[in-house]
Amino acid sequence: MKNSNLKPWLYLLPAIIFLVLFMVYPLVDVFIYSAEEEYNSASQTYSGIGTYNFSYVLHAPFFLQALKNTFILVIITVPLSTGIALLISLGLNSITKLKDFFQTTFFLPYVTNTLAVGLVFMILFKKTAYSEGMINLLINAFGGKSVDFIDGPYWAKMFVLCFYTIWIVLPFKILILTSALASVNQDYYNAAKVDGTGRFRIFTKITLPMISPMLFYLVITGFIGAFKAYSDSVALFGTDLNAAGMNTIVGYVYDMLYGDSGGYPSYASAAAVILFAIVLTITCINLMVSKKHVHYT
Amino acid sequence: MKVVLKHLTKQFPGPNKKTPGTIAVNDFDFEIPDGKLVGLLGPSGCGKSTTLNLISGLETPTSGQVFFGDDDMTKVPVENRGVGLVFQNYALYPHLTVEENIIFPLQNLKGEQKLTKEQMKEKALEVAKLVQIEKYMERKPKALSGGQQQRVAIARALVKMPKVLLLDEPLSNLDARLRLQTREELRRIQKETGITTIFVTHDQEEAMSICDLMVVMKAGIVNQIGRPQDIYDDPINLFVAQFLGTPPINVFTGRVENGKVIVNGDDVFDAPGVPDQDIYLAVRPEGFIPNGTRFRYMRERREIMGRDVSIIFTHENALNPNNRAIVSAEENIPEQPGEAFFDLKPAKTFLFSRETEERIRF
Repeated sequence: MKNSNLKPWLYLLPAIIFLVLFMVYPLVDVFIYSAEEEYNSASQTYSGIGTYNFSYVLHAPFFLQALKNTFILVIITVPLSTGIALLISLGLNSITKLKDFFQTTFFLPYVTNTLAVGLVFMILFKKTAYSEGMINLLINAFGGKSVDFIDGPYWAKMFVLCFYTIWIVLPFKILILTSALASVNQDYYNAAKVDGTGRFRIFTKITLPMISPMLFYLVITGFIGAFKAYSDSVALFGTDLNAAGMNTIVGYVYDMLYGDSGGYPSYASAAAVILFAIVLTITCINLMVSKKHVHYT
Repeated sequence: MKVVLKHLTKQFPGPNKKTPGTIAVNDFDFEIPDGKLVGLLGPSGCGKSTTLNLISGLETPTSGQVFFGDDDMTKVPVENRGVGLVFQNYALYPHLTVEENIIFPLQNLKGEQKLTKEQMKEKALEVAKLVQIEKYMERKPKALSGGQQQRVAIARALVKMPKVLLLDEPLSNLDARLRLQTREELRRIQKETGITTIFVTHDQEEAMSICDLMVVMKAGIVNQIGRPQDIYDDPINLFVAQFLGTPPINVFTGRVENGKVIVNGDDVFDAPGVPDQDIYLAVRPEGFIPNGTRFRYMRERREIMGRDVSIIFTHENALNPNNRAIVSAEENIPEQPGEAFFDLKPAKTFLFSRETEERIRF
């Protein structure tokens, strides 16, 4: 009896050791750091326990900027990328010719390095003293005025960042949604057709509920992924994101640890905990909404 | 509404241009009378489901026509044909309740036919009562048994009062007991509504038990059409004879010489007027008279099943290693194996040409 109780734990031991060491311990540590006031990493001392770190972070202009950027990014890219991916998947699902070709094309961004994509976007959008950049040439051709998307006004930079993020996350979503659509039993569609159901009604009443678990999965991971955005911003605007005004929460955490203004693990931890709280809240809201609209079969 | 199929043919394209396609249905010509229950019967891959899809409009024929009454439906899209279709897996929408599933077709109605919510609910309840599912209106399909799901599927197909009701293997997902019960239900529902009903099955017992008319198909070709008992009693070829009947018919190779059927050297049966040729001799299990004199066989064992006794026997010329004769339990059948003789009942014995497998009548 005793033996049979020990055995499963023995099997789990390697995984547990690694998880505790590299996941649980750091996680707990972050919470501890975030509460330790005036922590000094060199001497490993602190003056007291309290909420000062949070209050500092929440009053720091760079953090507030990062918070704003992250929220704009999330609110724009998650619904748009999911919606566009759904449209493309529906299209892919209804063609037979060149389907494989398009599927491969849409998947290419997924296997492309983020920084390489960033470089391509720079070429497309950057305006220098010598060249206008592809997009500006297009704008000019339609009679518009050139915009500096990389070093220019805030909305232009935000536009590029959102555009870039959507483009980068699309392939995975298309992949998931095309397979979700393909796995819907054709009999449901036939049954609906026999009953004279219109195309739009088939989409809203059958297709959407049928793929709702996958859509929900994409929305949840999409939210979490967008809240954790950092590398995309770096790829476009370089490492000094605060100067560019395009920092994100994760970028702020990084800066507080290792950046030029770094060396403050307490502030970094406090920012990380705030991000954690935000993601947790959003995910809980998602779960609550999903109860009504997601149908598992 | 009668359904007329005129030279209906469906050829599916091959995987590439060089390979010819499969002809799933070949020159199907048949008139289904109004208000009848018709079974399409055949082994899997014989084109019976394709025929059903051609009638429903889910498939378009390569050539030939489909008529409902006097209206040519061949080019009418599926949603305008007014058919009710019950799928083999029922295809109930899993995210909708039973009531929502049944109402679904009604919500598609447009223009003058449009119903109010109350009318829809009323109609749904009406058909739900007909199939005796009204207690479960609020449940999701997942929470129903196979038989109940089946009823819901039928209710959904019936709710808009279709001209024709089509059922694809309606009983195949049910267990044996439920199958018996449900097929009686099907029969009752069909009788009560009077809707022309066509159903597909590979189970001959199912077809024989409830059909008014039966169509036996093989490899896309209609072999025989008729009342189930007529087909059973008078099959036109070896395939039909073998396909109908459980336990299956016993088949032996033999030869007709001078109006006598010779099997393994013995003169076993009279076939006056039949020209000399190689034949198959097919005998229904109930076609054997025990303690006879002409048909020699090796008894393996006997099985007593209440009022019947099955004699399991082997024969040198039999197509199958085990053959079965069913005789009355009052007959005195020895238990131990041994050689014995049958006589054959003429009404239960058929001759088929060895060459064409067509019936030889005499």
